[in-house]
Amino acid sequence: MYNILLGGAAGQGVDTTAAILEKLLKRAGYHILTVRDFMSRIRGGHNFMLLRFGPERVYSHDSAVNAIVALNEETYRLHEGELTPGGFILCDSALQIDDPRAIKLDMAQMAKSLVNPRVAGTVAVGAVLKLFGETLDGAENVLPAFIKEQFLEINLKALRAGYDAVEARYPRLGGDTSEDLLISGSKAMALGALAAGLTFYSAYPMSPATPVLESLAEMSKEANIVVEQAEDEIAAINMAIGASFAGARAMTGTSGGGFSLMVEALGLSGMAEIPVVIVNVQRPGPVTGLPTRTEQSDLLFTLSASQGEFPRLVIAPTNPEDAFYQTMRAFDLAEKYQIPVLLLSDQYLGDSSYTVPKPDPRRIAVSKPAKAHEGPEEYLRYRFTESGISPRLLPGFTENLVTADSDEHDERGAITESAEIRNRMMEKRMKKLEGLARELREPEFTGAEDFEALVIGWGSTWGPIREALNLLNARGGKRYAALIFSDVYPLPTKLLTEKAAKAKELVNVEQNFTGQLAKLIRMETGIRMSQSVLKYDGRQISGREIADELSKEGAQ
Amino acid sequence: MSSAYETCETAWCPGCGNFAILECLKAALEKLGREPHQVLLAAGIGQAAKTPQYLSANAFCGLHGRALPAAIAAKIANDNLTVVVDTGDGDSYGEGGNHFLHNIRRNVDIAHFVHDNQVYGLTKGQASPTSDLGFVTGVQPGGSINQPLNPVLMAIAGGAGFVARAFTGRKEQLIDLMVQAIEFKGYALVDILQPCVSFNKVNTFQWYSQRVYDLEDHDPSDRVEAMKRAMEFGDKIPLGVLYRAEKPTYRDRNPALHGEPLAARQPDLGLVDRLLEAHK
Repeated sequence: MYNILLGGAAGQGVDTTAAILEKLLKRAGYHILTVRDFMSRIRGGHNFMLLRFGPERVYSHDSAVNAIVALNEETYRLHEGELTPGGFILCDSALQIDDPRAIKLDMAQMAKSLVNPRVAGTVAVGAVLKLFGETLDGAENVLPAFIKEQFLEINLKALRAGYDAVEARYPRLGGDTSEDLLISGSKAMALGALAAGLTFYSAYPMSPATPVLESLAEMSKEANIVVEQAEDEIAAINMAIGASFAGARAMTGTSGGGFSLMVEALGLSGMAEIPVVIVNVQRPGPVTGLPTRTEQSDLLFTLSASQGEFPRLVIAPTNPEDAFYQTMRAFDLAEKYQIPVLLLSDQYLGDSSYTVPKPDPRRIAVSKPAKAHEGPEEYLRYRFTESGISPRLLPGFTENLVTADSDEHDERGAITESAEIRNRMMEKRMKKLEGLARELREPEFTGAEDFEALVIGWGSTWGPIREALNLLNARGGKRYAALIFSDVYPLPTKLLTEKAAKAKELVNVEQNFTGQLAKLIRMETGIRMSQSVLKYDGRQISGREIADELSKEGAQ
Repeated sequence: MSSAYETCETAWCPGCGNFAILECLKAALEKLGREPHQVLLAAGIGQAAKTPQYLSANAFCGLHGRALPAAIAAKIANDNLTVVVDTGDGDSYGEGGNHFLHNIRRNVDIAHFVHDNQVYGLTKGQASPTSDLGFVTGVQPGGSINQPLNPVLMAIAGGAGFVARAFTGRKEQLIDLMVQAIEFKGYALVDILQPCVSFNKVNTFQWYSQRVYDLEDHDPSDRVEAMKRAMEFGDKIPLGVLYRAEKPTYRDRNPALHGEPLAARQPDLGLVDRLLEAHK
C-alpha cells in the first residue's frame, strides 16, 4: 500500500490536483482512500490531502507517507517528518527546500512553457504517476471531468511533461477496482436519497454539510427535483416537513450548529407524524468549533434533541456504500413509521473518497403513503391502531381531509386537552418504537472469532477500527474483535449483549471527549467499557493510532 | 346551497375580530368554488393561528412563526392545492419575520392573511411587532419604546406582487380582497386589521372605524404611489389593494416543477444507475 500527502495553500488547487490523481489511480485498478484536511479559509493557510492506495481495500488513512507533493514550503516543513525511509518529496525547484530526499522539478517553468502557469499541479500528477510505476493510459478520458475543454490539450501536455521528467521509484502494485466506485460519503448520501425518490431538499449552506446540498443541486436538473437554499435552518426543516406533508419525499441537511436550530421542528415531525430525513454532517463543537474538521460529538444531543418525547431513529453510516443504503432505508422507515430519521455523518465520511462496491438502488423498497382511504368508517388521520401507525393520506389526492397539528390532538387532528386522549396519543406514538425495534440492524461484527478484547465503535470510525484490528491481530498476543454500529438509536442490543458477555475487555473508540456511545450502551444495557480511546482534536483517528493506543494500554 | 365547509365551536373571546375573518375566509373559498379537500390552510401558533382548526379543510398547524416555510413547501410539492396561510401578526412578523422577508422573494403562489390586532393574544397581552409606540402592557409597563414595523410597506419594498390591507369591520371588502389574493399568481399578502377585545384597549373597533377609508383613484400598479399609501397609518388608514403586479412565480422559474406534482413522482432508478456508474 502506498500513501501520498499532497499539500499547499488554499487556492493552489490542492483539491483538483488530488481529485485528478485519485481518479487516475482508480483507473489503474487501485483501491483508494483520500482524506481531505482543510482549513476554514478561501486563500492561504495549509490544506492537504492524504491519498492512500493499494491492491486491497483501504480502510484507514495513515500519517506515514511514501511521498510528499509540496506545492509550498509549509507543506514540507509540517510533514517532512512523516516521510517513510526511501520516500521522496516532489516540489518545484523554486521552493526553498534543502533535503536530499527532494525531487525538484521546474514545474512552474514547465507550466509556463505550456503557456499556462496554472497547470503546475497537473505536471506534478504526471510525475507522481511515473514515480509510482504507472502509465498515462486513459488520462485523456479522466481529465475532461475536471478540466474545461479549452485547457484539456495543455493539461495533457503538462501531464506528459511531468511524467517524462522523472524516473519510476516504486513498483506498480496494480489491482482491479473496475466494478467499484470512487465516491465520498456525502455524494453517496445524495445518490441514496435520489434512489429513495427524493424530490425536495432544503438546506442552508454549512460546512461540512454543503457537499450534500451541492451534490443534489448538481443533479437537480437531470433528476427534476427541487433543491432550495433556505433563509436559515429553521426554514430548511420546516420546508422539508411541509413538503413531506404534501407528498414530496423530503430531506434537509446541516451540521451541528444548524441542527441546533432545527430541534423544535424535529419535534413537529414526531408530533404531527410527518416523515422527514435529516442529515447532520458533524464537525467539532461547541458552537462554531472547528468548521472544516471532524468529530462524533452530536450523538447524545441527537437522541434527546427537542422537548418532549417522541419516537425517532438515528443512523450513523460507516462508509459510502453503507451511506447509500442507509439513506434509502432512512426514507423507507421515516415513511413507514411517520417519524423523523436522523443520519449522522461527519466530515471524515462526508468529504473523504473511498473505493466501495457499487450499490444497487433496487435492493431497498421504500414505503409510500396510502393512496386512498379504505373501509366504511370515517377517515381519521391519527386513528388509534394496533401498531401505532395511522393511515397517512396526502392532502388533495382524495376527498378526505388531512390534518397536522403541533398541539396535542385527537384522532381527527383537532386540538385537545383531554387527559384520556393525551395518554392514548402518547401511547400510540411511542408504540411505533416496538415496530422500529424489529427493523433495527445489528452492528457489524469483525475481527477474531476467539477475541479477548472487543472494540466498540460507530459511524465513520468503522474503517480505522477495522484496520486497527488487522494490525493488532497480525502483531500476535491479545485477540481483538469489534462491533461497529450503523443503526445507533434505538440501540440494537442483541449482538452487543452476546459478544460483550464473551469479552474480557471492552473498549470504545470514539471521536469525542465523553465517550457518547459508551454512555448510551451503559444507559440501555448496563454494560460498561473497561477502556476508552477518545480523540477530539478534529482530526480522525487512524487505524495505526488506535492499534498503538491499544497495544500501549495492553502492555500495562 | 349548503356549504361544503363546516365550522365548529371556537376558543375565541366574544367580539374577537377572528370571527369575521373566519366567516369571510369561508365565504371567499365558497365564492371561488374551491372544495375543502383542494384547500390547505396553514398556520403557526397563536389565537389567529387556530383558524384552520375551525374550518373543515386540510390543515397544517405547525410551529410558532414557521407557517410560511411549511406552507410554501406544501404548495411546491403539490401545485393543485390552494394554499392559504392564516395566522397572526406576532406569528407572521415577529417570530416568523425572516420567513416573511424571504418568502416575498420566493414568490410561491400562496395567499397570506395576517390577523393584525397589534397585540399578542394567546400569551395574554404583550406588544407585537405592529404595536404603536407607547402601547402599555404588562411587559411594556412604560409603554412600547420600539417603533412598529409597517408590514405592507415592507412587503411592497421587498417585492411582493400583491399587497392589500383590510379591516374586519368591512366584511364585503375583506371577502373580495381574499378572493383576489387567492386568485393572484404569486405571494399575496392581506394585512387584516382586527380588534382584540381582551388585550388591546387602544386600537379598538371604533379606533379603526374612525380611521379607515377605501382607496379610490389609486393605481395599484404604481409602486411608488403604493408605498406612499402604505405609509399612511395614523389618522387615516387606507383599505384595499395597495399594490398589484404579476411577476414570474417560483414555479414559473423552477423547471423542476413544470411536470406533475412532486407528490406523484417516482424515482428514476435508471438515472441513479447512470450517476453511480459515473463514479467508476
